[in-house]
Amino acid sequence: MLLREVEYARPSTVEEAIGLLAEHDGARALAGGQTLLNVMKARAASPDVLVDLADLEELRSIGFGADGNLEIGAMVTYAQLTASSEIEVARPILGEVAATIGDVQVRNRGTIGGNVCVSDPTNHLPPLLVALDARFTIRGAESERTVDAGDFFRGVYMTAVGEGELLTKVSVPPGTADTGDGFAAVTIGRHGTCIVDAAASFSADSPRIAIGCVGPTPVRATAIEERLSGGDFSEQSVRSAAEGLGATLDPPSDVHGSADYRRALAETLAVRAVLDAASRRKG
Amino acid sequence: MSATKPSRSLPISVAVNGEQIEQEVPTRRLLVHFLRDDLGLTGTHVGCDTGNCGACTVHLNGEPIKSCMLLAVQVDGATIATIEGLAPDGELTPLQRAFNEHHALQCGYCTPGMLMSASALLERNPHPSEDDVRVALQGNICRCTGYVNIVEAVVAVGASGGSA
Repeated sequence: MLLREVEYARPSTVEEAIGLLAEHDGARALAGGQTLLNVMKARAASPDVLVDLADLEELRSIGFGADGNLEIGAMVTYAQLTASSEIEVARPILGEVAATIGDVQVRNRGTIGGNVCVSDPTNHLPPLLVALDARFTIRGAESERTVDAGDFFRGVYMTAVGEGELLTKVSVPPGTADTGDGFAAVTIGRHGTCIVDAAASFSADSPRIAIGCVGPTPVRATAIEERLSGGDFSEQSVRSAAEGLGATLDPPSDVHGSADYRRALAETLAVRAVLDAASRRKG
Repeated sequence: MSATKPSRSLPISVAVNGEQIEQEVPTRRLLVHFLRDDLGLTGTHVGCDTGNCGACTVHLNGEPIKSCMLLAVQVDGATIATIEGLAPDGELTPLQRAFNEHHALQCGYCTPGMLMSASALLERNPHPSEDDVRVALQGNICRCTGYVNIVEAVVAVGASGGSA
């Protein structure tokens, strides 16, 4: 496919990248390109300038910040998430879920930053990062700010990253003895397009549960969270806590599933994710 | 190379199957078209052109990727291996022989991509299980075979010594 003409730049520092994004109307950051190049082929997006982030080494690392949080650079690929010993120690669910995105070739190129900045409702990482209480660091020409997952995802293909800004890293609290993270999804084929997914994360006192693919952005299942605050994570308790979740949702109907089917799946998958998370608590 | 000024055409330097190529390319050119149209390496196929089918799979710095999902300018400074690089002197590799022996192709259109994904797997994991092979080939679609013979061929290479 012949793409529309597009200018391309490959800056060597984050400052240069932000400068280019701010300077040119119609500039887009190019991360792994596994979504952006396709939408450019379809003419669904036609950026005038692509700012390739490939040489920004500081966006490619996984490590721990001074506050102990797991810090994942925006250009870290799914393959890196899956192979990382830091992820394995701190929040293994991130590697496990990354291993189910796309296929081997896509996982070698696609990045965590690209995944969340696309904010496609069928992506797995948005609900997972909501459940994990992730923070997103966004840098602009003048300043840097950090937003939580609830603020980051604004709508279909929309995030808190504004014009002339760049998502630089995603931070996740490190796991503790009380932590347990779970994930469940129904997809088309083993690793295909998502119909509904659910993520759950337990820390000492508060479970966080997020459902994906039932609205423009991940939906927190706060009613289940409250019902489970008593600490009874038996199957019976979790099942009864999840009852009625579907009725609170307004999911889309499409060729892959009706709204009612998605409501039913949301309850089932919330239960699976919570039980998975509860079973993985070390404490 | 860092290109800090946006441009519609850039010189790139890339090693393709061991040969260093220096060439100016339009920035909108996809890697697969650079390989096929500029370098004449037509063994890399265009199937779906949407990143689903894997017929255009090549190795970028040793890892399988879909060459319709990259711009040619993105591989500046990198090393690319295509299907033509598997058997440069014409003698088939054990993997290619296994495809022949197990009747792992019918029309053959997907085969270059299958071989590139399978050879990358065998580099990493010389003795893959059937499940390993199925996961590794998930990004490669075949409309003829039903996959059974392809998976058998790759498993057989691992079982009989493991060299791609």
